[in-house]
Amino acid sequence: MISIVNAALLTLLATVTVAIVRQRSLFGVVILAGAYSFLMASLLIALDAVDVAMTEASVGAGISTVVLLATLHLTRTREAPVRRHNLVALLLSVVVGGALVLGTLALPPFGAADAVIHHHVAPHYLANSVRETGVANVVTSVLADYRGYDTLGETTVIFTAGIGVMLLLRSFRGRRRARDDEDGAQ
Amino acid sequence: MFAAAAIAVLLALALAVIRAIKGPTVFDRALAGNSIGSLAIILLAVVGFLTGRPEFLDIGLTYGLLNLIGTLAVLKFFRHGDLAHDPDTERQS
Repeated sequence: MISIVNAALLTLLATVTVAIVRQRSLFGVVILAGAYSFLMASLLIALDAVDVAMTEASVGAGISTVVLLATLHLTRTREAPVRRHNLVALLLSVVVGGALVLGTLALPPFGAADAVIHHHVAPHYLANSVRETGVANVVTSVLADYRGYDTLGETTVIFTAGIGVMLLLRSFRGRRRARDDEDGAQ
Repeated sequence: MFAAAAIAVLLALALAVIRAIKGPTVFDRALAGNSIGSLAIILLAVVGFLTGRPEFLDIGLTYGLLNLIGTLAVLKFFRHGDLAHDPDTERQS
């Protein structure tokens, strides 16, 4: 039954992706991207990755919608028409996509218990995380303790990127307000 | 029983996706996007019971809040053309 749910959700995802590429109204693209995120979150739940689904829903459907709408405010809301089709780009996309699909064939099957990744440090975490870190949730102990420096680095990158975006948008708004004042003076 | 419910939810999801793609007006798309968010919550619950582990029902609350924020942002942008709308400036102009 779960495989039927997966197949249906994947079909819907593919349909929405094609629609996003073909859609010219960028406002419609924003709404379709939000729908894509909710479908993707549902698929991740069907695949038993609840924490990733939660991140996908909050980042994809929540923050991204708001940020994309704020961007639409600064740009035009219709995509420029495509003059001529770029065959080289299409060929490159197909080749890269095919190579990626080829790469997945060598991966261990979904949910396999004897996969390499489950025999490296995971048994140690499962056996000792409560004693070593005092955190009951193993995922949290890995993210915030065993890989604490890694998480600190990621947070620093996201914080810096946020500051950069805020500075850019601020200068944008200041310039436009100055232009409006000039128009008003004339 | 839950399998039938899952199939019904997936069909409703497909209909909402078709409406979101076809449009034709922004309101059709906004409503379809909102419905997709609500159906995702129901699908989360149904899949949880289908696999016999309904521990993730709480996440549906988060989805509901996100869905509300997204729809509000879209509608506010459509009404005012801006997210940080100041009602005083509109009255002056």
